[in-house]
Amino acid sequence: MIRFDKVNKWYGPQLKVLNEVTAEVKKGEVVVVCGPSGSGKTTLIRTINRLEPIDSGSITVNGTDAHSSKNNVNTLRRDIGFVFQQFNLFPHMSVLNNITLAPRKLRGMSRAAAEEKARELLDRVGLADKAEAYPAQLSGGQSQRVAIARSLAMDPPIILFDEPTSALDPEMVGEVLAVMKGLATTGITMMCVTHEMGFARDVADRVWFLDKGNLLEDAKPDEFFSNPTHPRAQRFLADLRH
Amino acid sequence: MGYEFDFSSVLTDQYIDWLISGVRITLLLTAGAWIIAFVIAVVLAVLRATNFRPAVWLVAVFVEVHQNIPLLVQVLFWYFAMPELLPEAWRDWLVRNNSEFILAMIAIAMCTAAYMSEALRSGLRAVPVTQYEAGRSFGFNYLQTMSYIVVPQALRLSVPPMVNHSLLLFKNTSIAMAIGVHELTYQTRQIDSDTFRTFEVFLVATGLYLVLSFIIMFVGNLIERRFSMGTR
Ligand SMILES: Nc1ncnc2c1ncn2[C@@H]1O[C@H](COP(=O)(O)OP(=O)(O)O)[C@@H](O)[C@H]1O
Ligand SMILES: [Mg+2]
Repeated sequence: MIRFDKVNKWYGPQLKVLNEVTAEVKKGEVVVVCGPSGSGKTTLIRTINRLEPIDSGSITVNGTDAHSSKNNVNTLRRDIGFVFQQFNLFPHMSVLNNITLAPRKLRGMSRAAAEEKARELLDRVGLADKAEAYPAQLSGGQSQRVAIARSLAMDPPIILFDEPTSALDPEMVGEVLAVMKGLATTGITMMCVTHEMGFARDVADRVWFLDKGNLLEDAKPDEFFSNPTHPRAQRFLADLRH
Repeated sequence: MGYEFDFSSVLTDQYIDWLISGVRITLLLTAGAWIIAFVIAVVLAVLRATNFRPAVWLVAVFVEVHQNIPLLVQVLFWYFAMPELLPEAWRDWLVRNNSEFILAMIAIAMCTAAYMSEALRSGLRAVPVTQYEAGRSFGFNYLQTMSYIVVPQALRLSVPPMVNHSLLLFKNTSIAMAIGVHELTYQTRQIDSDTFRTFEVFLVATGLYLVLSFIIMFVGNLIERRFSMGTR
């Protein structure tokens, strides 16, 4: 579903942020990406929908070359949900309008149909009563759940998360992870940057470990946790447990 | 010894008519100049946001010129100098169509547009780039992202300074009397020289300006609340 092939990226001439990354996310898989801060996780996940350009290599999403200038980037992005660390809800719109905007304007869905779907999605993330609220009236956990509902409104076959719980107060992490776990069972292809190792253990099909732009591990969660092959991954896990 | 107030000689039917027509012209001038100023300000702010060098430079010059020359000079310039540059037919048309009103309106609008474009520009810059990115991540193109997500937020953020500039615009319309526009200050002066009741007539005019200012502020407040992005 998503294939990285020898992907390289620099920020300026000094900093190589992705180094020969080669890996694949299969249809319906849940992949958790972890690694130390600054290792390139955010950059990696943002290259999938071309929010970041790459310098060489290729990324194939659902059979199309994501970075070919021949392929329309906006068409590509419609099929890839993206959930940001800072939610990025649109503050001038109600929760309902946040969710219906893309399907109405990009899929030509009628307002009524889009709102019906939005209410279903809100129900699914446990926020049916917040349809008329504005983002400023929501807690962090609620905001992130709305953001997830919003990115599902386009029925994307793929959804990407960049540290979706890192900006949350600890007591709100659970409610967001619960929504994500529910989502993982629906067959959607999921790629998630997170340090929530419990989540990785429970729902991930693969765990990727990134360090200084190198993809050092690509393993099943139990292999990764019990028996990481690379010393850097061992140290990373030890630091997390500590 | 004490000053004897005499409002009755100022508030005769005739003078009340003059005051009403003065208020009417003041409001027309305000509304006309506001609409022109807003449209030009949006165009200037968008041009500036393109980061296209010549456009940015042109807008910067426009803004500096209009902010740094006294408005009275700008009004006099539009009234006395600009028509000279126009083709004969246009000049005739202007003279036949209340040229002082039209030219005062344009002069005040241009000056206000300079200030308003700065307000809109800082509104645009205050929208976090992550909002733009979020829009693009759904597959909205540049124009869709700007029009559904960035510009609506920028407009909301610039409501308070825009209300201020609207108020200043309203007060600045009194400068149009310098070229003989029959707005409220002009009519006040007329009544004054007719009656010599200077104190009374200016007190009445002050009251009228105050009431109108409060109405503008009240409307501005309503708009501000209506568009507060749910943070009220
Ligand atoms: N826009 C950018 N310009 C320059 N350097 C950047 C930019 N974004 C990230 N970096 C650098 O690239 C490296 C990887 O960043 P990032 O992908 O955000 O890592 P992570 O998400 O794993 O913490 C870091 O050293 C970061 O400082
Ligand atoms: Mg990151």
